[in-house]
Amino acid sequence: MKMTYREAVRQAMHEALAADPRVFLMGEDVGKYGGTYACSKGFLEAFGPERIRDTPLSELGFVGAGIGAALGGMRPIVEVMTVNFSLLALDQIVNTAAALRHMSGGQFSVPLVVRMATGAGRQLAAQHSHSLENWYAHVPGIKVLAPATIIDARGMLGPALADPDPVVIFEHALLYNLEGELPDDWRCDIATAAVRRAGTDVSLITYGGSLPKALAAAEQLAAESISAEVIDLRVLRPLDTATLAASLRKTHKAVVVDEGWKSGSLAAEVMACIAEQCFFDLDAPVARVCSEEVPIPYAKHMEEAALPQPGKIVAAVRQVLGK
Amino acid sequence: MNPVPYDKNFARKLLFDMLRIRRMEEKCAELYGAQKIRGFLHLYIGEEACAVGALHALAPADNIVATYREHGHALVRGVSMDAIMAEMFGKAAGCSRGRGGSMHLFDAATRFFGGNAIVGGGLPLAVGFGLADKLQKRQAVTAVFFGEGAMAEGAFHESMNLAALWQLPVLFLCENNLYAMGTALGRSEAQTDLCAKAASYAVPTLKADGMDVVAVHEAVKLAAAHVRDGLGPFFLELQTYRFRAHSMFDPELYRDKAEVEEWKTRGPLHTFSARLKAEGKLTEEEFLAFDAKANAEVQAAVDFAEAAPWEPVDELLKDVHTP
Amino acid sequence: MIEFKLPSLGADMDEGKLLEWKVSPGDTVKKGQVVAIVDTSKAAVDVEIWCDGVVQELLVQPGETVPVGTVLATLTAPGEAAGAAPVRPEAMPRRPITPAARKRAKELGVDLDAVAATGPGGAVTIEDVERASDIVSPPEAPPQGKAAEMRKAIAAAMSRSKREIPHYYLSEPVPMRCASAWLAKANEGRPITTRLLMAALQLKAVARALKRFPEMNGFFRDGAFQPAAAAHIGVAISLRQGGLIAPAIHDVGDKSLEQLMRDLTDLVKRARAGSLRSSEMSDPTITVTNLGEQGVAAVYGVIYPPQVALVGFGRISERPWAENGVVTVMPVVTASLAADHRVSDGHRGALFLAELRDLMQQPESL
Repeated sequence: MKMTYREAVRQAMHEALAADPRVFLMGEDVGKYGGTYACSKGFLEAFGPERIRDTPLSELGFVGAGIGAALGGMRPIVEVMTVNFSLLALDQIVNTAAALRHMSGGQFSVPLVVRMATGAGRQLAAQHSHSLENWYAHVPGIKVLAPATIIDARGMLGPALADPDPVVIFEHALLYNLEGELPDDWRCDIATAAVRRAGTDVSLITYGGSLPKALAAAEQLAAESISAEVIDLRVLRPLDTATLAASLRKTHKAVVVDEGWKSGSLAAEVMACIAEQCFFDLDAPVARVCSEEVPIPYAKHMEEAALPQPGKIVAAVRQVLGK
Repeated sequence: MNPVPYDKNFARKLLFDMLRIRRMEEKCAELYGAQKIRGFLHLYIGEEACAVGALHALAPADNIVATYREHGHALVRGVSMDAIMAEMFGKAAGCSRGRGGSMHLFDAATRFFGGNAIVGGGLPLAVGFGLADKLQKRQAVTAVFFGEGAMAEGAFHESMNLAALWQLPVLFLCENNLYAMGTALGRSEAQTDLCAKAASYAVPTLKADGMDVVAVHEAVKLAAAHVRDGLGPFFLELQTYRFRAHSMFDPELYRDKAEVEEWKTRGPLHTFSARLKAEGKLTEEEFLAFDAKANAEVQAAVDFAEAAPWEPVDELLKDVHTP
Repeated sequence: MIEFKLPSLGADMDEGKLLEWKVSPGDTVKKGQVVAIVDTSKAAVDVEIWCDGVVQELLVQPGETVPVGTVLATLTAPGEAAGAAPVRPEAMPRRPITPAARKRAKELGVDLDAVAATGPGGAVTIEDVERASDIVSPPEAPPQGKAAEMRKAIAAAMSRSKREIPHYYLSEPVPMRCASAWLAKANEGRPITTRLLMAALQLKAVARALKRFPEMNGFFRDGAFQPAAAAHIGVAISLRQGGLIAPAIHDVGDKSLEQLMRDLTDLVKRARAGSLRSSEMSDPTITVTNLGEQGVAAVYGVIYPPQVALVGFGRISERPWAENGVVTVMPVVTASLAADHRVSDGHRGALFLAELRDLMQQPESL
């Protein structure tokens, strides 16, 4: 069935709400407004205000309340409108959700799902264009997901809710309008990376909103007879390094594409894993295409220049291949 | 002063629990000097009436969320002194398997949810517990202890608002000991009337003498009944004082010795025991017997903690995720 | 302060193992003095110093294997006061070779030093290694030991030559009647130990021919030809244990035939004993190979990079020879030239061979 990423997210939540009375959705404008990205349109009418809870602008408060509710036996889906505002809730996610199980000596798990939009590309300027997935991916105790396809948008929520520990899901804002085929069998795991396009000359490793860019670059490279393998990390923590290593054993070259800023990026972590696990398979220095080290500018051309683009990816691949 | 409104056994129970906390913590200070207990150690000495009065007014099905100054709360709630002491020793037999230490006492059996060492960190959590109970139609109260310092945090305001907005069964118990570490209330808050602050969220409030276990107990009974009856949250200010430094790192440069001595004359232990003796509910011999019993419990706990084995280091990564 | 660095003792040498110091700190050394013995993959080579001085500090200890260019010792120049303890300088920058290329080279037994790099930043890549190796599938377990190492070194150098050097080949029959007669006369009355061999004559003739054709004599390095001032002819010597070595006889053009003969005898002896000088290993500006003894008619050799030419001689045999309209019997040797087309063209190569032929007709002038 053809559908948008947004519809896939919506269907996933709808299914979860219908299937399990412990599941409820909480966040800013998830109810009457229908979700900032319209992912919960019609839910308030369908499930009522008890289970579709509009919150005040209190990210710290309602994310913390989600943690408490999870401890109290519920299966909350907390929607933090965007990663930009999640900084206000970082304390609860890092200091409480991620640490609670460990610091209670294994007594309390926190079965919480936090969803948020991420990424730039809509001229929203410095405060509304962050890609801080790697901040979360740094923290033990939580899982971090980045669905980048229709299937993942549809399929990742179920296992995330079934996970006994906190799961943070990043939905790139530019993906909501992405259209694609949802096959009958859309079930998926939340453990492995996926090869989105097979290739032999170079591995393009990416996730989230950069996946379509990497695929576009691979298409362009194919026209130059360069065969790029595109790997979608899908799960940013814990990283599936086995899939990376298998690809590197084949291609011996890698370009990591990450919308986060270069310094201290998730790309840096991926590169470190490659250096640790694939050193003797490397046939060229690993390269990365990240956002430029600048707050994301408003002007369209400047924003485009600051972000990874297919052209930059192609150029990086050529460099790695010595072409 | 009104007579103690409890039968002899219950009155003695209150006294004995305060004594247990006092003797346990005096021992903790000694063991800290002997380097058996490390890290931060925040003693509750002087404030015992708050935990004892409050927790005896709550039910086993209620949820307790506390701060990093929570040894007394854990003990009165029913966590064994052995498990508390072992936790402070960092032993696997501790109530958090040695992963938490003094600031992170947890116990699933008694619904004791920490042990939160971020000021204000427990407040959103309590809101979530309240939400879970409300959604699941349980008649439980979530009692959250916090200091007056936490009322400067955004988390307090967000939590009060959410709890009031959603009419959640949360009992906010502010232990106002006048100092946020070393900063006096008047030096950090424009509005020093804490009840006035809380009342702005349309929540009923009450002040009680936190040095008087009877006053605390009566106030908490009243407040808990309000919450349990589904009338929404309640804010209770317990005016108290800690006799010892903020933590073992604190040189106490911020308050006069005379002020401490003045408060000590209102010490909850000796004032309450004097009242019981005056009312013929306790003899000096009985008091000494209780004291000896408390000391014996402390010594047994220390012996238990001392003898308990260390957790093998190869279990380091245990309890980060739910298996 | 003089830095005495490990010289390259051959184009295929990347590193060497110091076997022995012949000097100690405080020793006065003279230019040309053997100061150390270094094991290349080919032989234990006496390493000479190229200047006068006093040894100050030995920086590398026997047993250590170090890259070419590593400072082995410091010396003070004559008249220079001994300085403070020298700072150990950095080794020469390593050639970039990707980890995967190293791994693959090991698997395929390819000498990385002989692999042309095409990767980013001039790095040697897997593809480069695989191109360098003609082996499609991994080889049997490679043979071990000194002979295997030499085989590997030869393989690397020859592979590099065939990969990088566009060879062209020319040959010319050279009548040997005059030379043979002259040689027989010259050897009359000489004891067997001092007799001249045809090889000496041939070497001298090559050196003389090179004077007129300098484009056959020198090195092709960094994309350009560097002609050599003198003819240091590498003489291909096959070793008894197998393998091949081509150390130089220096300044062949300036030496008498008797001197050449002595040098040749000494060189062969020392080569087979594994005791060559560093300069003999690194200096050849052209190679001459003579397989006449083995009975072949002609040799079409592979140039030893970075040299640009190789002259080959086959056996001297009597052939029918038409001269002035009459067929006679003539002792003839086929002289051949393998030359680097990047440096010279067939036209010049042909003239070189003709010159060589003519010189052999005037042995008395040699």
